[in-house]
Amino acid sequence: MSETITLEVLRYHPETDSEPHFQRYVVPYRDDWVVLDALNHIKDNLDATLSYRWSCHMAVCGSCGMTINGEPKLSCHSFLRDYRGKVVRVEPLDHFPIERDLVIVMDSFMEKLGSVKPWLIPKVEKPLSAGEYLQSPGQMQVFHQYTQCINCLLCYAACPQIGLNEDFVGPAALALAHRYNLDSRDGGRDARAEVVASNEGIWECTFVGACSEVCPKHVDPAAAIQQTKISASVGWLKDLLTPGAHR
Amino acid sequence: MSRRPYIRKVERNWWIRQPRYISYMIRELTSLFVGLYCALLAVGLVRLAQGPAAWDGFVAAFSSPLGVTFQLACLAFAIYHSVTWFALTPKAMPLRMKGEPVPGIVIVGAHYAAWAVVSIVVLIGAGM
Amino acid sequence: MVEFRARAVVIATGGAGRIFPFTTNGAIKTGDGMAMAYRAGVPLKDMEFMQYHPTGLPGTGILITEGSRGEGGILVNKDGYRYLQDYNLGPPDPWPRKKAMELGPRDRLSQAFWHEQQKGRTIKTPHGDVVHLDIRQLGEKLINERLPMVRELALAYVGVDPVHAMIPVRPVVHYTMGGIHTDIDTATPLPALFAAGECACVSINGANRLGSNSLAEIVVFGARAGRAAANFAKTNPKPGLAGKAGEAAQARLRELFGREGGGDSVSSLRKAMNDTMESDAGIYRSEDRLRQTCDTLADLRARYRRMPLQDRSNVFNTDLVQALELGCMLDVASALAQSALQRKESRGSHQRLEYTARDDANYLKHSLASYQGDAPPTISYRDVVITKSQPAERVYGGAAT
Ligand SMILES: Cc1cc2nc3c(=O)[nH]c(=O)nc-3n(C[C@H](O)[C@H](O)[C@H](O)COP(=O)(O)OP(=O)(O)OC[C@H]3O[C@@H](n4cnc5c(N)ncnc54)[C@H](O)[C@@H]3O)c2cc1C
Ligand code: SF4
Ligand code: FES
Repeated sequence: MSETITLEVLRYHPETDSEPHFQRYVVPYRDDWVVLDALNHIKDNLDATLSYRWSCHMAVCGSCGMTINGEPKLSCHSFLRDYRGKVVRVEPLDHFPIERDLVIVMDSFMEKLGSVKPWLIPKVEKPLSAGEYLQSPGQMQVFHQYTQCINCLLCYAACPQIGLNEDFVGPAALALAHRYNLDSRDGGRDARAEVVASNEGIWECTFVGACSEVCPKHVDPAAAIQQTKISASVGWLKDLLTPGAHR
Repeated sequence: MSRRPYIRKVERNWWIRQPRYISYMIRELTSLFVGLYCALLAVGLVRLAQGPAAWDGFVAAFSSPLGVTFQLACLAFAIYHSVTWFALTPKAMPLRMKGEPVPGIVIVGAHYAAWAVVSIVVLIGAGM
Repeated sequence: MVEFRARAVVIATGGAGRIFPFTTNGAIKTGDGMAMAYRAGVPLKDMEFMQYHPTGLPGTGILITEGSRGEGGILVNKDGYRYLQDYNLGPPDPWPRKKAMELGPRDRLSQAFWHEQQKGRTIKTPHGDVVHLDIRQLGEKLINERLPMVRELALAYVGVDPVHAMIPVRPVVHYTMGGIHTDIDTATPLPALFAAGECACVSINGANRLGSNSLAEIVVFGARAGRAAANFAKTNPKPGLAGKAGEAAQARLRELFGREGGGDSVSSLRKAMNDTMESDAGIYRSEDRLRQTCDTLADLRARYRRMPLQDRSNVFNTDLVQALELGCMLDVASALAQSALQRKESRGSHQRLEYTARDDANYLKHSLASYQGDAPPTISYRDVVITKSQPAERVYGGAAT
C-alpha cells in the first residue's frame, strides 16, 4: 500500500452538534501536497459534507487560513511533507466564532477593516481632469510592504490581545491604516486617528509580536502598530507644546 | 437558516500553548521587577531624607544576601528586557536615509551604543 | 432564500477557467454569472476563445509570470533546445527581443508546446509533460529584485530554486476571452442587465488577450457599468416581486434537496467534465474530438439533472454551492464546445487541426451561443465592428521587428 497520512479535523455542525469534535481521515501522502489538497481529497472522495473556505491555492486570496497543529497557517501553503509521520490536526482559526467545521464568522473583522477607512483620502480633492495623483517609486517603497496584506486573519488568530478583548481593532486593520497614513498622496491621518489611536486601537497592543511571526506575506503588522504609536505620541506632544499650531 | 456559531472560550493557560507566548509573558514579568526596583529606589530616597539612621538601615537591608539576590534578579530581568526590546527597535523605528532603508543592525547598534554611553556617564558621575 | 429587488443588475463574476482541470484560476471562477445571463436569454459571445498561458507549474497550475521571460528567461525542451525558433518566432537572440521567441504571444507559445509534445521533445513528469523555463542567467540578485514571487512559488510548490535550476512549466488555462454579450456601455440585450470584467465580452480581447489588458479592462468597464446601471436605475421604476420566477427558483432548490441518493456526485461529474475539456477542447481541436466533447457534455448535463446532494444541511453547505457551480460550468462548457465545433477555422487561441488557416471571408465574426434548455445551444454570428485597426496578418519573430 502506498503511504498515507492522517488528518484530525475539527467538525462542528450547528444543526446537529452541541459542540465541536474531531474526526479522523486517512488520505494519500504526497510530497508536493499541501493540507488544502488533503482537504479537497476528503471533500471529493471521502466526505462531501466537510466545509472550509479556499480559492486560489497559491497564497494570494487569503481565504484558507486554519489552525494546523496549533499554528495559524494558510492551508494552501502548509506542506504535508512538513508533517510526515505525524497526525495533522486541522482546526478553524482561533478567536473567531465557528460557523461550521473549519469556517469562521468574520463579520467582526470586516467591520474593523471598514472602520479604519482603508482608502486614499486625498490631501486636496481634485477633479478627474486635473490628472493623476503622482507618486515616485521611492515614495511607494515607504509603505509597499503594508500593501501586501491578503486579509487572511492569521494575525488575529495569533494575537492574544484579540483573545482577551474582541473589540481590539487588531493587526491587519491597523497595518492597513498605517499603509494609507504613510502614502504620500494621503491626508487622512486625522480622520483615521479616531479609531486607530483609541483605546481599542494601537494602545490595546502590548507588542507580543506574534502577528508578525505568523504573517505569510511579511507584512509585519506589529511594526506598523509600534510606528503608529510613536507617531501618535509625537503628535500628541506637539499638540501639547504648541497649542493650536498643529492641524 | 439555522445558524448557531460556536464561540470558543480563551483558556486561562493560553500562554503555555506556544513558546512565543511564554517568552512574551517573561518579558511582561520583567517589567514587574524593573518597576519594583524603581519603587525600591524611591523608598531609598525617602529614607535618605529621614536622616542617617534610616538611610543606614536601608543600606544594610540592601546589602543583605536577600537584598543582593533581589538586585541580581532585577539586573538579569532588566538586561533581558533591554535586549529583547532593542532587538525589536528596527521594527518600531525604521529609518530611511536618502530613500534607502537603514539596516536593522545599525539601528540596534545605535541603541547599544547609547546604552553604553549613558552607563559610562552614570558610572563616572557615581565615582565623583 | 432571499429575494433582492433591483432596478438594475451588474454581473461581475469573473471567468470560467475551472471547467478545465489545469488552470491558474481560483476555485471561484466557475462561470456562474455567465450561466445566469445565458439562462436568462443573453447569448454568450466568442466562447471558443480560451487562453492558455504558456508557463504554469505542473500539478497546481500556479502561474509563472510573463515577467520572467520579459527579464530574459528562456524556454527549452528536453534537449535544452530553444524550440520556439522552429515555429516562426526566431531568431534566438541571447537577450529578449519584442514579439520574438519567448516574448511571442501566449497562444503561439502554448501551441508550440503542443507541437513539441507531439514530437516527443517534452519532458515527462507525474503531472504531465513539461518544458523548462530557464532564468538562471539573470543571476540571484536580479531574480530576488525583480522576480521574488517566482522564486518563492517555484521553491515551495515544485521544489526548484530558479537561481540554480530550471523551472518545469506547461501551458495552463488562464483566461476566458468570451463571455456575456454586451455592448460598449456594458449593456446586455436584456434590459436592466449589465456585465463587466472577465465574465463579459465587450470584445476588447478578441481571440487572444494580450497580457495585462484584463486589469485595464476591469477598471474602465467596471466604471462604465456602474454609471450605465445607475443611469438605468434612475430612469426606470423599481420592479415588482419576482412572483412566479421566485417560486420556480425555490422549487428547483427543493427538488435538488429532495433527490434520492446514489450514483453521481459533484466530484465525479466535475472530473468527467474536466477530462473531456482538457483532452478534446484544449489547445488544438478537431471535428471528431469536439463532437465527442459535445456528446459527453450533453450526457453529463442529463446526469446532472438527476445528481443528488450529499449534504442536505442549511448552514454553509459547500456541497450545495459546488453543485450549483457545477451546473453553471456544464452549461458554459457546452456553449464553449458548440462554438468551437462550429468555427471551422483557426484564429488566436482557437486552433482546428483540419482548418489551420484563418478564414476572414467566413469567420471574421463573433459567435453567439444561445441557451436552449436541456438541448445544446444554437450558434449564430454577428459582424465584427472594425474601427481604427484593420485586420492584418499576425507576424512575429525576426519578421516583426
Ligand atoms: C494567476 C492570475 C494572474 C493574472 N495576472 C494578470 C495580470 O498580471 N494582468 C492582467 O491584466 N490580468 C491578469 N489576470 C487576469 C485578471 O486577474 C482577471 O481577468 C481579472 O481579475 C478578472 O476580474 P473580474 O473582476 O472580472 O473577476 P474576478 O476578479 O474573478 O472576480 C469575480 C468575483 O465574483 C465573485 N463571484 C463569482 N461567482 C459568484 C456568485 N455566483 N455569487 C456571488 N459572487 C460570485 C467571486 O467570488 C469574485 O470575487 C490574471 C489572472 C490570474 C488567474
Ligand atoms: S497582516 Fe499578514 S497575517 Fe494579518 S491578515 Fe494581513 S497577510 Fe494575513
Ligand atoms: S487558497 Fe488562497 S490563500 Fe490559500
